[in-house]
Amino acid sequence: MNIFRNIFKNNMFIFLVLIFGFSVTANSAEGTTFKNLKPGFSFEGPFGKFDKESLKRGYQVYSEVCSSCHGLKQLSFRNLSQPGGPEFSIERVKEIASGYSITDGFDEYGEPLERSMLPSDRFPRPYGSKEEAKGANNGAYPPDLSLIVKARADGYNYLYSLLKGYEEEIPEDLDIGDLSYNPWYPGGAIAMYQPLYDESVEYEDGTLATIDQMSYDVANFLTWAAEPTMEERKRLGFIVMGFLIIFVILMYLSVSRLFRDVH
Amino acid sequence: MNHDYQYTPKNGFSKWLDKRLPLMRFADENLLSFPTPKNLNYFYTFGFILTMCLVTQIITGIVLAMHYVPNTSLAFDSIEHIMRDVNYGWLIRYMHSNGASMFFLAVFIHMFRGLYYGSYKEPREIIWILGVVIFLLMIITGFMGYVLPWGQMSFWGATVITNLVATIPVIGEPVLTLLLGGYSVDNPTLNRFFSLHYLLPFVIFGVVILHIWALHVTGNNNPTGIEVKDDKDTISFHPYYTVKDLFAYVVFLLMFCYFIFYNPNILGHPDNYIEADPMLTPAHIVPEWYLLPFYAILRAVPDKLMGVLLMFGSIVVLFFLPWLDTMKVKSARYRPLYKIFFLFFVIFCLLLGYLGAKPPEGIYLLLSRVSTIYYFAFFLVIMPILSRIEKPSPMPIGISNPAINNTSDSDGGVSGTPSYAMDSK
Repeated sequence: MNIFRNIFKNNMFIFLVLIFGFSVTANSAEGTTFKNLKPGFSFEGPFGKFDKESLKRGYQVYSEVCSSCHGLKQLSFRNLSQPGGPEFSIERVKEIASGYSITDGFDEYGEPLERSMLPSDRFPRPYGSKEEAKGANNGAYPPDLSLIVKARADGYNYLYSLLKGYEEEIPEDLDIGDLSYNPWYPGGAIAMYQPLYDESVEYEDGTLATIDQMSYDVANFLTWAAEPTMEERKRLGFIVMGFLIIFVILMYLSVSRLFRDVH
Repeated sequence: MNHDYQYTPKNGFSKWLDKRLPLMRFADENLLSFPTPKNLNYFYTFGFILTMCLVTQIITGIVLAMHYVPNTSLAFDSIEHIMRDVNYGWLIRYMHSNGASMFFLAVFIHMFRGLYYGSYKEPREIIWILGVVIFLLMIITGFMGYVLPWGQMSFWGATVITNLVATIPVIGEPVLTLLLGGYSVDNPTLNRFFSLHYLLPFVIFGVVILHIWALHVTGNNNPTGIEVKDDKDTISFHPYYTVKDLFAYVVFLLMFCYFIFYNPNILGHPDNYIEADPMLTPAHIVPEWYLLPFYAILRAVPDKLMGVLLMFGSIVVLFFLPWLDTMKVKSARYRPLYKIFFLFFVIFCLLLGYLGAKPPEGIYLLLSRVSTIYYFAFFLVIMPILSRIEKPSPMPIGISNPAINNTSDSDGGVSGTPSYAMDSK
């Protein structure tokens, strides 16, 4: 183990490694002052996979509750059937898509044509414009949710905490006006009213729709929505890391063999 | 250096080629038989690692450019298109974004290595200066690349940094307008940043060739800082250092792949997954981690222009290093005082990186100022003084000869036990 001993013997090494450590912590140190709840998700860790049933339920909550104000513009209906996601059947996806309509193209007289949506279409947007969205929501813009999990520090835990974190008791020193109180939201005053109540939806698979269950399922669904290729990424990562570990052992043996006679 | 060895073309074709374009001779002399000090440690593998980083960035970047749209209304969505719909687009994009971080990590280690072993000293001044040019180009390229996804940090980072130009008296404003293609960061800015972000890596590539060329004229420095005396001090580049560099690169790749596959967004800022909104300023505007030390220096000074000058000065000062440190002994291994000041220098650089991510107030501001002062004092005060007063510790006669050099004109005739004595301090 000459090589490693030589590396570590050099006190410089430790400091250089720290450059990186420091910067990483410096970057991730920001976040909400309220510590996020961590319910534990199946997709965490290097081998984590999505819980498909939870994704399906999460989609149901999204489409029945969230979608009235929040878009999911980066997603197409076809994504719902692709591997590594909720994996609805193709038939089911066609059925879901056909429930929405879109203005697309013109007829022979130049009149806009309306048709029902196809799996290849993007999810419908709840509002025609940002201004309309603001107008309908007291001036607050309901953000698109496609990337919300990646756009917040510790995204999925934050989302889970936020959705189930609404509280009726407002601290005395906080003036929130028309807004709602949610200690997980930075500042505490959030424009979104509490969206989920027990049995806001009736789950297709019969699971009891508690606030906790729905928050969990939506956090799951939106994590997938933020990166539908996550399972593929971790699967490929395993193969690549496996290859590299074998490769690095062979390379180490080659180096030691080669330098054995160099004095 | 090895003067006995000569490249000899072996077959008819290589003889024919050698008379017309001595490509094989060039490759042989520079990549295969190139005599390299035999005592290089793993800090000397970062040159190869950096070359691989550059190649990776260029290849992934070219593929990304096939799918990316440099337009303010489409850029953000085109990145998501790459992430979701392009085959292995997520992989290529994560390689490129994390690759930039790996590139900077490697270049920082490479530069600290040069500082520690005195690799900038005679006769390697040009190598060092070209290296600083590369570093400067890397910073500009990295900064422009970060703007392209057109997220919140892209936009606001670009706004903050480009506005620094306006602090320059007289020419500041017109130069800023030229840089932005208007009066604020907007579509023309994105277009020119994209164009330059595509161009500069090839400029870097050109300077890297000069950097390596200069290196192959003088030969490598080594951990003892003692120049190579004869063939006994060197081994051929291939297979010794090709294999050693490759091993180090695979170790580096393991770390790189950890980020790509298991933690691809940890080095970025969550706000950059929010599309740029000129009407909404983020709570904290922070650059990418590798620019944080410079950002801390910028903000350590109350005067904006002074801050800008110091920030650029922190890199410009590196150009003068060979003439600030005139100590003949190169390696810090035999410089007990320099070694201590160097360690503090590394600590203060790390501290600056940490402080760059903190708001410039209270204790953070104070520490930024102390670190900034030390940063400049290290080069402008400590180095020149140490050059005069420091007494080097006993040194070996040569790379292959661990016997202590007691006389000034020893020719290395003493035979010592062949050992790893060079590596034991």
